[in-house]
Amino acid sequence: MNVLVYLVPAALGLGLIGLIGFLWALRSGQYSDVEGAALRVLSDDDIGRTGD
Amino acid sequence: MNEALDLSLYAKPAGAGTLGMDLAVEGVACGACIDRIESAVKKLPGVTDARLNFTNRRLHVAWADGALQPAQIIGTLEKIGYRGHPFVPLRAEQEEAAEARRLTRYLAVAGFAAMNVMLLSVSVWSGNATDITPETRDFFHWASALIALPAAAYAGQPFFKSAWRALKARSLNMDVPITVGVTLALAMSLVETANHARSAYFDSAIMLLFFLLVGRTLDHAMRRKTRAVAGNLAALKADSAHRFAGDELVTVPVAVLKSGDRVLVKPGERVPADGMVISGSSEIDESVITGETARRAVAAGVQLYAGSLNFNGTLTLRVSAAGEGTLIDEIERLLERAASAKSRSLRLADRASRIYAPLVHLAAAATALGWLIAGASLHDALVTAIAVLIITCPCALALAIPAVQVVASGALFRAGVILNSGDAIERLAEADTVVFDKTGTLTLPEPRVVNADAIDPVLLQMAARLALSSRHPLAVALSREAASARPYDGAVEEPGQGVRAMIDGSEARLGSPAFCGLGNVMPLPGSSLIVFTFAGKTAAISIAQKLRPDAAEVVNALRGLGLDLRILSGDRNEAVAPVARALGISHWQGTLTPAEKIVFIDSLKTTGRRVLMVGDGLNDAPALAAAHVSLSPISAADLTQAQADAVFLGDRLKPVHDAILIARRARRLMKENLWFAAIYNAVAVPIAIAGLVTPLIAALAMSGSSLSVTLNALRARMQGGRA
Repeated sequence: MNVLVYLVPAALGLGLIGLIGFLWALRSGQYSDVEGAALRVLSDDDIGRTGD
Repeated sequence: MNEALDLSLYAKPAGAGTLGMDLAVEGVACGACIDRIESAVKKLPGVTDARLNFTNRRLHVAWADGALQPAQIIGTLEKIGYRGHPFVPLRAEQEEAAEARRLTRYLAVAGFAAMNVMLLSVSVWSGNATDITPETRDFFHWASALIALPAAAYAGQPFFKSAWRALKARSLNMDVPITVGVTLALAMSLVETANHARSAYFDSAIMLLFFLLVGRTLDHAMRRKTRAVAGNLAALKADSAHRFAGDELVTVPVAVLKSGDRVLVKPGERVPADGMVISGSSEIDESVITGETARRAVAAGVQLYAGSLNFNGTLTLRVSAAGEGTLIDEIERLLERAASAKSRSLRLADRASRIYAPLVHLAAAATALGWLIAGASLHDALVTAIAVLIITCPCALALAIPAVQVVASGALFRAGVILNSGDAIERLAEADTVVFDKTGTLTLPEPRVVNADAIDPVLLQMAARLALSSRHPLAVALSREAASARPYDGAVEEPGQGVRAMIDGSEARLGSPAFCGLGNVMPLPGSSLIVFTFAGKTAAISIAQKLRPDAAEVVNALRGLGLDLRILSGDRNEAVAPVARALGISHWQGTLTPAEKIVFIDSLKTTGRRVLMVGDGLNDAPALAAAHVSLSPISAADLTQAQADAVFLGDRLKPVHDAILIARRARRLMKENLWFAAIYNAVAVPIAIAGLVTPLIAALAMSGSSLSVTLNALRARMQGGRA
């Protein structure tokens, strides 16, 4: 079962990356307006801008 | 108005030569508003950033210092159909935001650790049943320890700190058994791991923390949401004042007024701050202060209170702090007394934990002793005792009440009730007597047309639309009937008399009987008269305090709930009697001073009643503080709102009824949940004492009980509760 010696840390490392990603998202304010984020994705501002 | 609007109070430096301002925005209804508002504001010169938070309807704008006047932002919003109200975020709100972020971080760490430890634990459990080698098992246990110990040390902080505070104050709360249980479970698991044992409890300890943090985070999120709404409403209410700067008038937010400032109060405006009249004379309506609906004539030398409505004359006021012997002074004295006399009722959770915590620790100690006496080794006795602590760790108990509170405050929020204090739900459920104030509580806060049925609807609509062009309080009251918000073109206001306009070639006039060319017309008793004439037709419109549209219905429903209803009013008896009669409330009293209201409530309390006081006036504030639980409408005076346990929104009285229903259901569910937790313990503890608990059983029991308690709490959401 020597494979576990590096598989378990690898699994943990992947989990840690997810955790750090979440904490980064939290810190950069991505959870401060969850309702707005759901609606912003629908706005076509990127299309409109090119036409201006 | 060509006065300057000075908003510099709200603009805060936002780094690198920019200023920032937060505005609560009214009228944000759909996703398209985000783009419309942000792009309009960003087009203003100098604006570097504009971001609308759709969740709490707030706009943050940053601009280069000196590039624009903050008032332009409000003007821009108005042009595209929104109303912006600048505000300074309350410090309490900022602290709560920081606390929420902290809790979410704890939750994330605990969740990460719980998942990974559980992954390893499940392997050990299945390995123990088959053919895991001791070396692999040890490796898994050490890996679990590596994850669980730092995670618990970090994510357990809110519980450890709270337990430490409780112990320092020589009391017990729910966090004490949690802390003891988690610490012992981790310590024992570490020792067992070092001794190559078959099982460890790392998963139980970290999962317990995770479940508890879920409860706390949800509770916190709900409170923060209601706090944000309350903050927006406060910003919407914040008025501006016309302050003299030398001889010029500057419009400033009320918050910046200082003692000694001179302010101008125009007809139809509310007095912005307490002060003394130095010139001018007028009639004022002090119903927000005293509950008295009759107007009072004032002239130089008279003390006025913030919130009074100025009727017909222009007044100049010198702002002053409340002096000795004024009403405010008396009310503050009464408030202090009421607060010190208030016997805080013990919360259900505290009562439960006071019984529970010692019981758990005694049971664990007895288990260890019992096994020792029965001849078990010290190691086995300790392991069994710790298993008892883990299995009784009040996961279900600690979730039983917060979970219901979260769901119930959500239901209250949807019913238009915003909680000020967390334990108000329990106290609201206990109320058996409801004491109402009259003015502004049973009646609408603003006067309305009372004889609409007797007037030709077409004429009434024209009068109401014409009234839009006047700031006179009677006209403002009439304008609430208008179906269209567009005033007539060319309407002219004759100060102190009325408004006139040409409509379809004929002149329409709205105002005093004399202005409309009529002789003396007697108003209905208790109401004020405003007359409208158009093309030879005349309408005499009576304006008076009107009952809330659903008052009678709600009062009957409350009676149906078995509540005893009373009215205590500061208004004259002639004004209170018809209201009491219309609502069928036989116990009522008028002309009460704030002190007499307290005496009345105290006498009800001595007969063992739990009083719910519903009031809005400044004169009600001490009574609200003295009552067991209190509600006030959003239109209430600021000081009064601060005393109330909850605030309700809108023109209807129904939220009062809904609040009691939701609170009662919530209390029933809390009790159910506590009983459920007790039954769970009655079953699980004997198994633990017998030494039969494995980590698998502990994990299943813990998540099973937490889940069922939470699901039961969700029932507080079902049926009713919707406004």
